[in-house]
Amino acid sequence: MSSTTNQPTHHTSTIGAIGAPSRRNTELAMLVFAVVIPVFAYANVGLAIDDQVPAGLLSYGLGLGLLAGVAHLVVRKFAPYADPLLLPLATLLNGLGLVAIWRLDQSKLLQSIGVAGGKATNQLIYTALGIALFAVVLVFLKDHRVLQRYTYISMVGALVLLLLPLVPGLGANITYGAKIWIQVGSFTIQPGEFAKIVLAIFFAGYLMVKRDALALASRRFMGLYLPRGRDLGPIIVVWMISILILVFETDLGTSLLFFGMFVIMLYVATERTSWIVFGLLMSAAGAVGVASFEPHVQTRVQAWLDPMREYTLSRNGSSDGIVHSEQAMQALWAFGSGGTLGTGWGQGHSELIRFAANSDFILATFGEELGLAGIMAILLIYGLVVERGVRTALAARDPFGKLLAVGLSGAFALQVFVVAGGVMGLIPLTGMTMPFLAYGGSSVIANWALIGILIRISDTARRPAPAPAGNPDAEMTQVVRPS
Amino acid sequence: MNKPLRRIAIFCGLLVLALLVRDNWLQYVQADSLKDDPSNRRVTIARYSTPRGDIIVDGNPITGSTKTSKSGLNDLEYKRTYKNGAMWAPVTGYASQAFGANQLESIEDGILTGDDDRLFFRNTLDMITGKEKQGGNVVTTLNAAAQKAAYNGLEKQGGKGAVAAIDPATGKILALASYPSYDPSSFAGNSTDVDSKNWTKLQKKNNTDDPMLNRALRETYPPGSTFKVVTAAAALQNGLYKTAEEKTDSPLPYIMKGTTTELKNEGNIPCKNATMRVALQFSCNTVFGKIGSDLGNDKMLAEAKKFGFDQEQFTPIRSSASVFSDDMNSSQTALSSIGQFNTAATPLQMAMVASAVANDGKLMKPYMVDKLQSSNLDTIAQTDPEELSQPLSSENAQILQSMMETVVKDGTGKNAQIGNGVTVGGKTGTAQHGVENSENPYAWFLSYAKLGDGSTPVAVAVVIEDDKAVRDDISGGGLAAPIAKSVMEAVINSKK
Repeated sequence: MSSTTNQPTHHTSTIGAIGAPSRRNTELAMLVFAVVIPVFAYANVGLAIDDQVPAGLLSYGLGLGLLAGVAHLVVRKFAPYADPLLLPLATLLNGLGLVAIWRLDQSKLLQSIGVAGGKATNQLIYTALGIALFAVVLVFLKDHRVLQRYTYISMVGALVLLLLPLVPGLGANITYGAKIWIQVGSFTIQPGEFAKIVLAIFFAGYLMVKRDALALASRRFMGLYLPRGRDLGPIIVVWMISILILVFETDLGTSLLFFGMFVIMLYVATERTSWIVFGLLMSAAGAVGVASFEPHVQTRVQAWLDPMREYTLSRNGSSDGIVHSEQAMQALWAFGSGGTLGTGWGQGHSELIRFAANSDFILATFGEELGLAGIMAILLIYGLVVERGVRTALAARDPFGKLLAVGLSGAFALQVFVVAGGVMGLIPLTGMTMPFLAYGGSSVIANWALIGILIRISDTARRPAPAPAGNPDAEMTQVVRPS
Repeated sequence: MNKPLRRIAIFCGLLVLALLVRDNWLQYVQADSLKDDPSNRRVTIARYSTPRGDIIVDGNPITGSTKTSKSGLNDLEYKRTYKNGAMWAPVTGYASQAFGANQLESIEDGILTGDDDRLFFRNTLDMITGKEKQGGNVVTTLNAAAQKAAYNGLEKQGGKGAVAAIDPATGKILALASYPSYDPSSFAGNSTDVDSKNWTKLQKKNNTDDPMLNRALRETYPPGSTFKVVTAAAALQNGLYKTAEEKTDSPLPYIMKGTTTELKNEGNIPCKNATMRVALQFSCNTVFGKIGSDLGNDKMLAEAKKFGFDQEQFTPIRSSASVFSDDMNSSQTALSSIGQFNTAATPLQMAMVASAVANDGKLMKPYMVDKLQSSNLDTIAQTDPEELSQPLSSENAQILQSMMETVVKDGTGKNAQIGNGVTVGGKTGTAQHGVENSENPYAWFLSYAKLGDGSTPVAVAVVIEDDKAVRDDISGGGLAAPIAKSVMEAVINSKK
């Protein structure tokens, strides 16, 4: 990478502050695509369903363009060296999600069961709130290391958020089994989405302090470094919390997400493979143990193993007292009916999934209408978001930033895997939503905040070091060349 | 910290890769089986998204399609309609939005919806020219007048019954009626308050008449004396008796071999050492029972199989296999040879027997789909007549014809006489059933009509079961023969 800014050349013995290009214009160019593609998709849906360009096309395009423009200007002003890909990718996913939600809004079947109708407008409002939170993060969080101060407050906050759905009167039991929503007025909020971020902050702060103790004070046994008993404490506590979530909120996905995020961050902090082994063993033991007595989890596993049987039970009724759902099979049919190229926007029948067609199962709509090609593109977009996040972690200069970035990206990757894998029948279904694509305020707002934090870290990482360097010793520690 | 970070990057890449692999499995490898899964509602939606092609009789469609109101939650655009549905139900079957399809509606579904591979070229053209996909037509071999005569005859008669009529020279099915029947229009839609109720009412468990049973193809009845035609054919073919005039070796009373049971005749009829002509004319149980016993199980079975017994026919609607048993002792063979014991036949089977005799011994494969057409009436496939077997030599067939003609001229089948230069050959039957013959017998009649030029345009079999009339009145000649006569007349008149 060539240096474009004037920099002092007399410090030849150290890696100087590299004047990376800010890449803001690249971001702007890609944002144009990220807005134009969903606008075309929107027109496509209208033409397919009503044979005319939808009336709201202009306002929709302007709305999305305005939001993207505001986000871009905020980044340009407050995080000029940020990664140029994250914002366009998130905008594209969010825009496509809006189109799919609007497409499902047109379904009379979904309207009749209250799942669809005006949801796209709501989602646009949520997106605006999400972008607002994104801007707030970038404007007020000048340096992500500030978050380090709130390590233990974050822990408390995360626990409170996770436990909220269990509070009587507050928890909303609006879907089969999983208790991961709370009801505030007429809104339902999924606190787990926010807990994801707060928990990552806590883990990053905690592990940054404890990493040496966890990494070095260990005994070697059969090629693995076994941690000391007292160092096992934190991982056991987190494991227990995950299990409790699984038992009381009956949500396999959230449980897996938090535990997986913790294991990833622990591994990065300590560089000890033994933690991965421990993590896998503990999560396997926990999942199997809980599944052996929790009927909700068992049903999900059975529906995964034999979705057709579950479909038949749901259609013909069963006497076992468990609510069976045909959704898993309906989602598979939607994917299969899409085939390689899909039916085209608006021409599928993913409304047959009925409940949660536009949230948990929205990927099936993409699968049916955009086909294998579309899903692969979407999965690659998610993959890019994750890899840009991990890239940010690599480039970050401080351990807290590295841990936080990898924790957030890892959680994002796990969430995509758990949801997409569940909908596609790779793993049992869980009650989470595809980030940005799915309908739901909590998810959109929380994920925009997540992207905001990643952009803040990447900005700090890529920002040229203050020149001239007043303290050569500090520069000596900068061994990572951001490129 | 960067080494584990790189590994995490790879791990996240693997997660995405796993999803990509799974998606390829789902949307490429498994796509077709998921797409065509009959439980997948999209299959039904596609079936009713365009007007369905029609089933054609004598150039006129007996089916139709009507646009349903797209209001509410109805996602199916077109609904099947039927003209004279109850009369044609044994042919068309049903195509219901809620309850699927059967018979021709199901077998030729690909043509009717337009999804058949043979329509691929046309569909592609239509797609390019922007025309809507259209279903093709199924042209049947049926004869509307004959079908009407058959159905009206059964309806007027009032008991359960069925009629099958075949063109002996080709095997074309001319009439296929079953009574009581059902109107497939009554549950063609998918509304719970109309269609579902009608459907439930028609199910066997709710309706002792079982109107949805296709009696002409799917119900087997003991054929009774009509089976004697098969036994006579076996006697001639195996050289047991060479002519109709040859005296048979038939004692009276006849005690069945290996038993002390006497096989009786109905009433006091001249059966002692009667010729086969006389025996068939008076329907002598003793003569034909003994013929069966003399020939033995194997020879009788071989002849019955040549007539089509013990195998299903695909017309293309499947018919049940008629039964002539294997491994029977002498007395069981004797009883079977007069159409009792285990012997059971579908009306189609007995029409095939009459048609083989009428067609100089050649049995043609019965079929009801003449051709398949694309929506612009191009022929996509044509069924050619196919010989199934030759149960009789030409000479023996003519001997048997003359015997059957005597039955109608002087014997039990007088009710089927047509006159006007039309010769009718037939055989009556009255089969016993129920414990100790307590239930009403089945009245049978099978016949063919021969025109002045020697051609035989129609062979027909009629069965009436569980008649409301008194037991004594039932006889094939009295109840079934008039229906057979009107069907034959309808065919002959429509040829003119």
